[in-house]
Amino acid sequence: MIFAQPLFARADNRAPVLLIAVCACLAAAALGLCLGATSIPPERVTSALWRELALGGPASAEGEHFIVVGLRLPRVVLGLEIGAALALAGAMMQGLFRNPLADPGLVGVTSGAGLAVAMTIVLGEHIWGAGAQWLHVAALPADAFLGGLAATGFIYVLATRGGRTSMTVMLLAGVALSAFAGAATALLSYLSDDRQLRDLSFWFLGSLGGANWGKAATLALALTPALLAMPWLARGLNGLAFGEAEAFHLGLRAELIKGAAIGLIALAVGASVAAAGAIGFIGLAAPHLVRLMAGPDHRMLLPLSALCGATLLVGADALARTLLAPAELPVGILTASIGAPFFLWLLLRDSTRSDPT
Amino acid sequence: MNTFIQAENLSYAVNGRKLIDAVSIGFDPGEFVAIIGPNGAGKSTLLRLLSGELRPSAGRVAWSGEPAEKLSPARLALRRAVMAQGAALAFSYPVHEVARQGLAVVGRRLPKIQADKIVTRALAVSGVQHLSYRNFLTLSGGEQQRARFARALCQLKAAQEHGRFCQALLLDEPTSSLDLEHQLALLGAARAIVGSGVTVIAIVHDLNIAARFADRLVVLAGGRVVADGPAAQVIDEALVREIFRATMRVDRESATGLPIVLPQTNINRCDVHAQAFLARF
Repeated sequence: MIFAQPLFARADNRAPVLLIAVCACLAAAALGLCLGATSIPPERVTSALWRELALGGPASAEGEHFIVVGLRLPRVVLGLEIGAALALAGAMMQGLFRNPLADPGLVGVTSGAGLAVAMTIVLGEHIWGAGAQWLHVAALPADAFLGGLAATGFIYVLATRGGRTSMTVMLLAGVALSAFAGAATALLSYLSDDRQLRDLSFWFLGSLGGANWGKAATLALALTPALLAMPWLARGLNGLAFGEAEAFHLGLRAELIKGAAIGLIALAVGASVAAAGAIGFIGLAAPHLVRLMAGPDHRMLLPLSALCGATLLVGADALARTLLAPAELPVGILTASIGAPFFLWLLLRDSTRSDPT
Repeated sequence: MNTFIQAENLSYAVNGRKLIDAVSIGFDPGEFVAIIGPNGAGKSTLLRLLSGELRPSAGRVAWSGEPAEKLSPARLALRRAVMAQGAALAFSYPVHEVARQGLAVVGRRLPKIQADKIVTRALAVSGVQHLSYRNFLTLSGGEQQRARFARALCQLKAAQEHGRFCQALLLDEPTSSLDLEHQLALLGAARAIVGSGVTVIAIVHDLNIAARFADRLVVLAGGRVVADGPAAQVIDEALVREIFRATMRVDRESATGLPIVLPQTNINRCDVHAQAFLARF
C-alpha cells in the first residue's frame, strides 16, 4: 500500500513527535479518570491521586476517592497496557509478514484463546461440577492465555522445517486454525445455556470492566519483554522489509528475529485477551495511523504505535463508560464502530492524494 | 591457498534436480569477475551459494579459508554485500533509509555524522542523491536498482571501519533495468572499488559490457562451469552459438583483442512449426 509523503518524513524531528504522542496518551488517561457514570472534575481527581500517594493536600469525598483510585485508576492503567500491547503486536506482525493488513489475530492467538475460553465457560461446569463456580472464574484468564500460546506454538512448529519458518505457511495455517477454532467455538456456544451464552458474548465483545491491579501487573509483566526487545526488533523488522534473504545479506539473524517477534506477539496478545477479552481493530489501526504520520521506520513505528494504541483504547473506554451511562458499552463495539469509518476515510483521503503507483 | 572465496565441488539440488553440479571455482582479492550464461544456467543459484544464503547439498564455500556455514550472518556481512534481484519492498521507505539499511548491522556503532556521510556519498555515487527523500516504491525500476546499489555500497564502506580484510560485492544482474548511461556508471563504480581491493562478482547478460569491465569471465551452463578466463579468450562465435544458442558476429578490437558481439537477425533459425505460426500472425 502506498502512502503519500508522511507528515514527519525527515528523521530529524523524532523527539517532538514522541512528545506529542506521550501528551496525547496522558490526555486520554486524564479523560479516563475524569469521565464515567459520574464525572469528576480534574482538580478533585488530582487531589484524590495526591492523597493516595500520601502526599497530603485537601481531602476529597470518600466515595469519589474510591471511584478514582479504586475503580478508574486500575482500569485506565489496564487500558493503557492492553492498547499498547495490541498495537505493538500489530506493528510487529505487519513488519514480520511484510503486509500492512496483518493483524495480531493472524498467528492464532485470539482464536486459540477464544476456544479455550469457550471450553472453560461451557464445559468447565461439567468437569468441575456446578459448585466450583469460583474455580472456573479463576481459570478463565489462565486458560485464555495458555490457549493463545498453544495455538501460536502449534502454527509456528507447523511452519518450521529444517530451521526455517515459512511466513506463508504460517499465515495459511493461522487462517485454517482460526477457522477450526471458530467452528469449535460456535459449536460450544450452540450447546451452551442462556447464562453461558451471555458470558461468552460478553467475553467476545471485549471489555475493560473487570480491571484490577492483579490484571494490570500481569499485563505489565507480559509487556516488559516486548518493550525491552523493541530497539533490537525495530532494526530487525526494518531489515526484513526487503524479505528474509536481504535481511540475511545485511547481517541480520532472520530466524531469530521471526521467532522472537512471534513469541512476543503471542505473549502480549495472549495476556491482553486473557485480561479483557477480544478487543479488535486497535492492532490493525494504530500502526496504520502512525505509518501515515511518521513513516514506516520501525524505530519510530513501534514506540509510537504502542502510545497510539494506548491512547485509542483508553479514549474509547472513556466513551464506552459515558455514552450509555450508567450502563456501559463493551469497548470492542466502540473501537470497531468508530475506528473503522475513520480508518476508511483516512485510506480514501490518502489514495486520492498520492500517485497510485 | 591464497584465493579469497573458494568453492570446492559445490552442488545444489532441489527435488533431485541439480541446479549447480560440482562447481569448483576461486576468486582472488581485487578481481572483477563476470558470470555469464543462458537463462536457467544456475548463475543466481551460484551467487546465492557463494553469499551463504543457500546451503550447498554437497561441497563447500570458504571465505578466506573459513567455511561459510561457520560464519555468523553478521560476520559474513562484514565480508560481503549483496545486491540481489528485485525483491519487493514491503513499506514505503524513503530512498535514503533504504540505503541506510546497509548500516543496520555492520554500521550500528558508527557515529551519526560518519553514517550520514557514507549514506550521502553512496547515494551520490549511485546517482540517486536527488531522490533521497522520495518514496522508494514510487521510483522506476532503474532508479530502484540504483538505490539498492547504494545500499550495498553503504554496507561495504561501513564494514571497512571494523578493520582491514578482504571484501566482496556480489551483484545479481545489477544493470538489468538501467539505461546506457547508468549501466556504465554503475559498473564503472564497481570497477573503481575493485581497484581498492574489493572482489566484484557480477551476473551480466550483455557480453560486450562483461568483456569490457571484468577481468575474468566465468561461463555457466547447465549448472557447470564451461569456460573461465579473460574475455578475449572466452568469447568467440562458437561459444555464443553453442552455449547461448544465438547467431552473433564476434569481431575483435584490434588494439585489445576484446570481442565485439553483434546480433544477426535471422528468424529462419526457428523450427518449421514456429515459422508457420509467425508467418500467419
